[in-house]
Amino acid sequence: MKIFHLKEKLYKWLFTILAFASLFFLIGIVLVLIKEGLPIFHKVSFSKFIFGRFWYPTYSPAEFGIFPLIMASIWVTLGAVIVCVPLGIGSALYLNELAGVRQKAILKPIVELLASIPSVVFGFFGMVILTPFLQKVFNLPTGLTALNASIILGIMATPTVCSIAEDALNYVPNAFREASFAVGATRWQTLTRVVIPAAGSGISTAIILGMSRAIGETMTVLMVAGGAAVMPHTFLEPVRPMTAAIAAEMGEAPVGGDHYHALFAIALILFVITFVFNIIAEMISRRFRIKLGLSG
Amino acid sequence: MRKEFSQNLGFFGLFLCMAATILTLGAIVYFIAARGLGVLSWGFLTQAPRSAMTAGGIAPVIVGTLYITLGAIIFALPLGLACAIYLCEYSPKGIVVNILRISINNLAGVPSVVFGLFGLAVFVKFFGFGVSILSGSLTLGILALPMIISSAQEALIAVPQSIREASLSLGASKWETIKNIVLPTALPGILTGVILSIGRVAGETAPILFTAAAFYTRGYPKSIFSEVMALPYHIYALMTEGAHPDKQRAIAYGCSLVLLFLVLFISGFAIFLRQRQRSLHG
Repeated sequence: MKIFHLKEKLYKWLFTILAFASLFFLIGIVLVLIKEGLPIFHKVSFSKFIFGRFWYPTYSPAEFGIFPLIMASIWVTLGAVIVCVPLGIGSALYLNELAGVRQKAILKPIVELLASIPSVVFGFFGMVILTPFLQKVFNLPTGLTALNASIILGIMATPTVCSIAEDALNYVPNAFREASFAVGATRWQTLTRVVIPAAGSGISTAIILGMSRAIGETMTVLMVAGGAAVMPHTFLEPVRPMTAAIAAEMGEAPVGGDHYHALFAIALILFVITFVFNIIAEMISRRFRIKLGLSG
Repeated sequence: MRKEFSQNLGFFGLFLCMAATILTLGAIVYFIAARGLGVLSWGFLTQAPRSAMTAGGIAPVIVGTLYITLGAIIFALPLGLACAIYLCEYSPKGIVVNILRISINNLAGVPSVVFGLFGLAVFVKFFGFGVSILSGSLTLGILALPMIISSAQEALIAVPQSIREASLSLGASKWETIKNIVLPTALPGILTGVILSIGRVAGETAPILFTAAAFYTRGYPKSIFSEVMALPYHIYALMTEGAHPDKQRAIAYGCSLVLLFLVLFISGFAIFLRQRQRSLHG
């Protein structure tokens, strides 16, 4: 009997320890980023690092101002949002409110399948198809621009936004719709004045997570954004978002040097941004579930 | 009349959004398939690259991808499954579960290049595994962990409470119930999640940039400590490195098609399985 209990306890402890591994990895990532990133602030002040306008990490004396990189990330992400929000949310509304059972049974798996296309394939498509096209249309010296990155990132994030928004729409109780029909509203009125407001916070979660995906995306922007580390002025110029800077430069940055630490510091800032996005999304979606009377 | 008009207009707009989404993504698949098929041949799939990456096949590249992906799943599956079992079967409800849940959600949202830096600092440098299959697999494994945990959790939650209670009432212990009743019941759902994450891991590039991938290695990888060529990184490298952009581009089309086919096949299989499970269980 005693051995029996011991075994049970052993298993419980085993699972507990293994379960905390994921927490351990998250903390590990934070610690590594802090340990490898902070030394750069002995060289440059925090505000000069964030707001400095010149990123010349390999010059001597080197300049470590990541403001152009941050702006590039923001531009490209906002550009992507302009593409993926109407497409993603529109598709989700279509799937949820208009598509019949059979249509939905076909379309939804297709959207999910398309969500699994690897980012490097999107980047490749951008390089070989979209780049020459944009170059010709806008008569540019290079088609690798912020616009190109925005379009590709937007297309890429669309299935993600669509799936999450569709889930949110599913949570809206049918009683809401029926009540609206009962007082004489049309389907369109019901959709715009009842369903969308009811699912509003769920839909905003979808947008935030889509943005979080776009700002952290690396391969596509590395391949199609053009890579010039200068302040963006228009969408038709090459830019270098934060993720692209890390991916492109880490290979040649000497380990333990200033450049190496600066790249980890960029990763730390990127981590904080996506962390905040995720926490906000989590909080909104929790409130959303409580509002609709679902268990948190 | 006006009500009906605006309704029709609105619905048409939604239809356009849906069509645009499917068509754009479909166009990407179509373009790559159309141009990649010309490159594909038996030799392309079974030979090693020749003449400075401008001729020959991509066999070692495919094998490299399989090694790293397999390694990642071998690492992530037991950890993820154990975590899900703890969260669903053992954990006392409350603050601990919430902290774990939030940290798993956040781990899922960490940009993939950040995983790459973590892998570089910890596995490549600190543990001294170097740029190798092992480092790459461990890095990708951490990336796959949240996906495996959440899908396993979903599968475990779907197991009806009543059959757990039935097992316990027959005198089975907690662990016996989990091992003999809960896990077998949840197995199909868990497998689906694992297959989905295999598809995702196989296509990831940023985490292996500094931890595993090389543009060129001689022949096949020899041990878990050797560098590998991997499909996603190979596409990137063919487009940005090397001295023969035009010839490399043709091979990049071939690689993209192989990767796309691999990932869509794996994910499609998982989505099909899930669809069938859902219709079986209502």
